[in-house]
Amino acid sequence: MDWLQIFSNSASSILSPATMAYALAALGLAVHFGFAGLLNMGIAGFMALGAYGYAISILTFGFPWWGGVLVGMGAAAVFALILGIPTLRLRGDYLAIVTIAAAEVVRLLFLTTAFDPVTGSADGLSGYHTSFRASNPIPAGTYGFGPWTFNAVDWWVRILGIVALALAVLVVWRLMASPWGRVLKGIREDEDAVRSLGKNVFQYKMQALVLGGVIAAVGGIVYALPSAVSPGVYVTSLTFFVYTALLLGGAATVFGPLIGSLIFWVLQTLLSNVLPAMVAAGVLPFMSQIQASTLRFILVGIALMLLVIFRPQGILGNKKELTFVK
Amino acid sequence: MSNNSSARRPKSKATTTASQEPKAPSAADDTHVMPSKPVERAKSTGLHIGEAAPGVAKVDPIIVADGIRRTFGGLTAVDVEHLEIPRGAITALIGPNGAGKTTLFNLLTGFDKPDAGTWIFDGTSLSGVPAFKVSRMGQVRTFQLTKALGLLTVVENMKLGAKGQKGESFWQSLIPGIWRKQDEEIEERAMELLAKFKLDAKADDFAASLSGGQRKLLEMARALMSQPQLVMLDEPMAGVNPALTQSLLDKILDLKQEGMTVLFVEHDMHMVRHIADWVVVMAEGRVVAEGDPHTVMRDPAVIDAYLGAHQELDLGVVTGRYSADAADSTTDAAASTKVKASDLEAAGMAELEDTSK
Amino acid sequence: MSAATATSTPVVHIDNIVAGYLPGVNILNGCSLVAEQGELIGIIGPNGAGKSTLLKAIFGQVNVRSGSVMLEGEDITGLRANKLVARGVGMVPQNNNVFPSLTIEENLQMGLYQRPGAYKERLEFVTGIFAELGKRLKQRAGSLSGGERQMVAMSRALMMNPKVLLLDEPSAGLSPVRQDEAFIRVSEINKAGVTTIMVEQNARRCLQICDRGYVLDQGRDAYTGTGRELLGDPKVTELYLGTLGT
Repeated sequence: MDWLQIFSNSASSILSPATMAYALAALGLAVHFGFAGLLNMGIAGFMALGAYGYAISILTFGFPWWGGVLVGMGAAAVFALILGIPTLRLRGDYLAIVTIAAAEVVRLLFLTTAFDPVTGSADGLSGYHTSFRASNPIPAGTYGFGPWTFNAVDWWVRILGIVALALAVLVVWRLMASPWGRVLKGIREDEDAVRSLGKNVFQYKMQALVLGGVIAAVGGIVYALPSAVSPGVYVTSLTFFVYTALLLGGAATVFGPLIGSLIFWVLQTLLSNVLPAMVAAGVLPFMSQIQASTLRFILVGIALMLLVIFRPQGILGNKKELTFVK
Repeated sequence: MSNNSSARRPKSKATTTASQEPKAPSAADDTHVMPSKPVERAKSTGLHIGEAAPGVAKVDPIIVADGIRRTFGGLTAVDVEHLEIPRGAITALIGPNGAGKTTLFNLLTGFDKPDAGTWIFDGTSLSGVPAFKVSRMGQVRTFQLTKALGLLTVVENMKLGAKGQKGESFWQSLIPGIWRKQDEEIEERAMELLAKFKLDAKADDFAASLSGGQRKLLEMARALMSQPQLVMLDEPMAGVNPALTQSLLDKILDLKQEGMTVLFVEHDMHMVRHIADWVVVMAEGRVVAEGDPHTVMRDPAVIDAYLGAHQELDLGVVTGRYSADAADSTTDAAASTKVKASDLEAAGMAELEDTSK
Repeated sequence: MSAATATSTPVVHIDNIVAGYLPGVNILNGCSLVAEQGELIGIIGPNGAGKSTLLKAIFGQVNVRSGSVMLEGEDITGLRANKLVARGVGMVPQNNNVFPSLTIEENLQMGLYQRPGAYKERLEFVTGIFAELGKRLKQRAGSLSGGERQMVAMSRALMMNPKVLLLDEPSAGLSPVRQDEAFIRVSEINKAGVTTIMVEQNARRCLQICDRGYVLDQGRDAYTGTGRELLGDPKVTELYLGTLGT
């Protein structure tokens, strides 16, 4: 087993676009679930809208890459509005059911052959990188050291990803430290109490839904930025992976989503390297290499269950704030 | 019968004269006496016009309600023809369990929608106005099961109560410069109020760490942050230990002194007699009596509502468990022996048949 | 009245229990109660005194932190509800006390689920006391008013021939006339031999029909005595029966 290679891969994943995408999605979900108490089980749908909005506006409508970003964010905002108006008055569990369904509807719309010219249906979309790469200020070459050696294009993606993440963190942090955030925390605990103090509860929940949705969409864009958009990514499992990352870090904190995503991805990369290597080395004789690789998803599921039961507040969270057992 | 409350009247202050005739109140009439014992404060009188009966008009009503009906399935929870709440006074809403008091509260504050009815608060119609808007118009309420937000600190709870906060708007909250100063002012006000309620030492503790009685005080203090005109308290004494009762009573009396109107629901008769200027009695969804605390308690309709129809009977004697000479001294022993238990049962069944038709 | 002798085991013996729902907050602060075979025990007191909590302590629905609850000499403290029903504890809560989608008859049949018995006999006994139920066995319980549901709930508890019947405010929500009817019914149930413990807000009526009473205040027994003694005690009258009408 080539441990050096394994660790090198894992270390490099700290800066991978996937990690940043998850961090953004988890941050958006933190706004929904951690701060507003909205049980959104369709965060994958928001990410899909971000990615597809970006790709379609470039490929079909010829927008520049930053136009695509704006379209992706706008699509998520509209989706949040449409979703929110009927459902925000529902009890939490009903919101969960509706959001799962809504995310699936979005994915199926992108999957159907009816829109194939625009969405690429099962093949997805790719080849939208021209204007993005053209805008790259970094001169061609390889930079970095050790496991973090990337070329100019890869660095451009990562820098933008970090900038987006930093901006999102700033916005969420500012909001939650303000009176607006105070109202939201109150709503999470008891809507009627906050209503009786003159606050329009529906409006706050809607604003949280839109904000979190837009941030998650940016996550979807960052994920698709270096490579391609594939409908098979935005399945319900993605939502649960994001939840795992979120809960691991601490759902009602600003930095929790970041730490959780980081650990989640590094572990994922580690396992995806270690497990097949173990099979090859004969340590896990009862599995094939492909099975070993998929084993990590099972482990994620188990980790999610254990987290929810034994440490729902995650690493950074405050136990008193977030327990599921009332 | 209904008062034209849209005409702006001067706020009526408490008058200490024991006159029973209706008087037009004026600010100059404020001969409020401040005795050494803080609890013994004079009651407001002269609040009504004419005979004290259910639905009687008030000299200066802050709320005028008409034809409010609320049914749940087949059950009529509230059926109030006409009700006026006097401004600047403390009104108690009493009645046995299931009388509809909390339902009426929920209807008046927008937490529930009636099947029919209109009501006016300080000249503005509130029918169909959602709860959060009602609160902004100067009417604030507390809940039977205290809703102190445990996951926020005491001072954060208080600041949440203030109205018109710039920082609560989504976009403006992103720029602290816009709301910082206002937030500091609100915090000052909050600390002042907390000091009055003797909760200032706990300002930075999570509200969940307060005792039940302290949470009630916090809820009341928080309600005052919005500087309301009308404070509606739903069973403020429920579950509060006697040590804190006095303090809560004083706070409610303070509210009146500062010109606010108070409407509270209670079961505790001592509290009612102690601080209420006016009493509205509900039973089975209707207002059965209104009046000042002392006379209303002697109203036969009220006694019936609370203690059962036949107050003169001792059910122990009627059912044959006890002999006439062991009868409850407040009852008529002889009458009790003559009445048959089966007749009372039949009366109950008959009423059931009537109502289910 | 009670036929207890000094040596017979009481049906229910609550010994100095301390109990509460939330950690650190006790509703009952050392409360005791004894119910002998065939007695009708009344529990009265102001709101928040812990009356309903005392019933819930018998039925295992609140955390008992110290003290014990004995049923005919057997320690039942903290047992789950299904075990208590099997042992003959019949609880009639104030709310959510019937299955609204089932008919009255089906609700009554549910009463025998844990303690099977002679259905026809028990049905006769129950409809003997609650005649109006006998006429409406096929009616859906969900269409009944609060007071009617109380009757069904009480009947269901009676179906299982309970060792002790626990009633949580049987007169709540009833009109004055129907309250009198309810108290008379409770008295009849007890006269038929069912040991009954009732929590009540209508203190006077409760004391008039009970054998012995407990006056609770702040989670403790403030006063106790026979029903007649408590009715005649001026301290009890002043503090707990209210002075409405007197």
